[in-house]
Amino acid sequence: MFSFELLANAIVIGILLGGFYAALSIGLSISFGLLDIVNIAHPAFVIFGAFVCFICNSTYGLDPILAGIIFAPAFFLLGTLIYRIYYESFEKTGATALRGLAFFFGVMFIIEVFLIIYFGVDFQMVQAEYIDYKLSFGYVDIPFRMFVPFVIAMIMTLGLQYFSSKTFFGRAMQAVAQDSLALRLVAIDPAKIKRLAFGISLATCSVAGALFVIVMPIEPSVGRLYIGQVFAIVVLGGLGSQSGTLIAAMLLGLVETMITTFFGPSWAPAVAFSALILVLAFKPTGILGRVGDTRG
Amino acid sequence: MNTFRLSYLRSLVAAFAFVTFALFATSVSAKEPIKIGFGMALTGGLAGGGKQSLVAMEMWADDINKKGGILGRPVKLIYYDDQTKASTVPGIYAKLLDVDKVDFVVSGYGTNLIAPAMPLVKQRDIIFMGLFGMDCNKKWKHDKYFQILPSGPDPAVDFSRAWFDTIMQLDPKPKSIAFIAADAEFARNLKGGAEVNAKRLGMKVTYNKNYKPGTPDFTPIIRAINATNPDVIYVAAYPPGATGITRAVSEVGTKAVAFGGGMVGLQYSGIMKGLGPKLNGILNYDFYVPEPNMNAYPGVVDLLKRYQKVSVARKVDTKGWYLVPWAYAYLQILGDAVNAVGKIDHDAIAKYMHATEFNTVVGKVKFGKNGEWVKGRTLTVQWQNIKKQNDLEQFAQAGIRKIMAPAAFATGKVKPFNSLR
Repeated sequence: MFSFELLANAIVIGILLGGFYAALSIGLSISFGLLDIVNIAHPAFVIFGAFVCFICNSTYGLDPILAGIIFAPAFFLLGTLIYRIYYESFEKTGATALRGLAFFFGVMFIIEVFLIIYFGVDFQMVQAEYIDYKLSFGYVDIPFRMFVPFVIAMIMTLGLQYFSSKTFFGRAMQAVAQDSLALRLVAIDPAKIKRLAFGISLATCSVAGALFVIVMPIEPSVGRLYIGQVFAIVVLGGLGSQSGTLIAAMLLGLVETMITTFFGPSWAPAVAFSALILVLAFKPTGILGRVGDTRG
Repeated sequence: MNTFRLSYLRSLVAAFAFVTFALFATSVSAKEPIKIGFGMALTGGLAGGGKQSLVAMEMWADDINKKGGILGRPVKLIYYDDQTKASTVPGIYAKLLDVDKVDFVVSGYGTNLIAPAMPLVKQRDIIFMGLFGMDCNKKWKHDKYFQILPSGPDPAVDFSRAWFDTIMQLDPKPKSIAFIAADAEFARNLKGGAEVNAKRLGMKVTYNKNYKPGTPDFTPIIRAINATNPDVIYVAAYPPGATGITRAVSEVGTKAVAFGGGMVGLQYSGIMKGLGPKLNGILNYDFYVPEPNMNAYPGVVDLLKRYQKVSVARKVDTKGWYLVPWAYAYLQILGDAVNAVGKIDHDAIAKYMHATEFNTVVGKVKFGKNGEWVKGRTLTVQWQNIKKQNDLEQFAQAGIRKIMAPAAFATGKVKPFNSLR
């Protein structure tokens, strides 16, 4: 059943899906990739952001993306607060590995329970004019439900890439990942940099949450389905590389869509994760990972 | 003489004290509650259904307790959150039976959470009431399993029988079909039954695949299906998938004349409200809809009114059309059976339940040998005339979810999918 119409649409949807995956993963590429914090609660924070956008949309008629951007600073502050607790409890004492993982598991459950108590357990959706529209170029369709999240994801990812490579604070973030002792030698407090970086990581969850609720309905525990996917994308892209994360997300989106279109959707996750293993077998640092970084 | 009298008096006092104590003890025992235990999805993917079921079950417990309880004893519900995880279910039921010492167990909501309890209830040889289980007793053949989903004696096949009979009313009759199902127990069972019906009608299968839960975008699947050019598309999906597939078919379109079948979640208030006119034309299963011909379900309107008064405060599905009547009815049947038998004897109660036709809020219910309904009553409905986006109240009116089958309840005639878009 091969046709060029199917192929062209699969490529377009694959790229759009990749953009969506990038939005979900980009914050994790900072917290896990750069700061080495196994924030397993990252998708739960995304869903938290999605619920905030949902309430703004259903109560005040606010556009979900606008709501996501407005609440990003609040998520930033929440991130700095959570990092402070994490730092004082674990990182300061050097007990980051397993206890830190347990901490973020706990955070994930707290978020879910909070969402259940506050919003209930029903599936919720948002309304926005553009969700129902699509662009058509010949036989290729571009649904706005996927295209708008893709555009926002691109802006967010490229913006973060620019920020981390061109600004002083961004470079300090990179330096924390490479050599925090050297950072101390130039009178920069690594804990402060990490706190702010973790805040940025969580601020992305607010926007990613807006994109999530545009793409699909939400309920408090739906984030669990994406834990494996977001960590796989960050590892595949190369720890700490935002552009690597974007490429990995695109790759995963494309492979999933191609397999879904031509071989059947049940094969898509198996083939996508086989591709991940294959890439890591030949390039253990991930697509754009630093040489010598063996964390991946 | 005096000694004898004193001794006699002492004996009399002791006997009186003993009798008083015994009477008191009996009276305490008589008022000890009858405990009904279950696991329920209060968190996780099926919590939307689980929580509204729990509200309905608590309403039944309140109602029965106001009437004096069961066997003159109050009813107490003991439940735990199964988190929508099959792995938690065996432990929950072992605790209910061995630690909480419940008198009866009933199931939580959904096939995936009923099936894991089956080995235990079979081993203990106890009554087990099922809430929306799809063919869970096929393997176990447990003679004390009773299930409220109105599928029919051969549940997987009977569930979609009316849907297939309905599409055969279209002119020209559809000849080919595409199947797409979620990779989960319920959806797979549903698709399996639908495949049997398609074969019975001699339909050619053009596409037959499963998708993983959590798939964010379904447009590639709809395109792949369209490329095989089926006359109808049968979908067996859970709420996120059902929503995604509905959106995808709105974006991509299809030439199929019928679309739907086993889409769980389209009946939920939040999803109905969110999808609005995108639901038009979809031909799907249902169990209760606010159509005039559904007055065969006595008490259901009153029950839903009472539920809707508390649903917002309890943060559950605001309308409760999908599950509330059934979650109430399966306990209603258990309570009626125990009262009729007059004692807690699982063998006798099961025998009574097999022999009796029950009057419930969902009408008359009669169970067959395998614990499924003797005659199925799954509705096939078609969404029509939805005009407004984001308006739940329009769905409370007749003429929105028109009933196509069974004939006794029909309020409309099936129309081709695209004629209603």
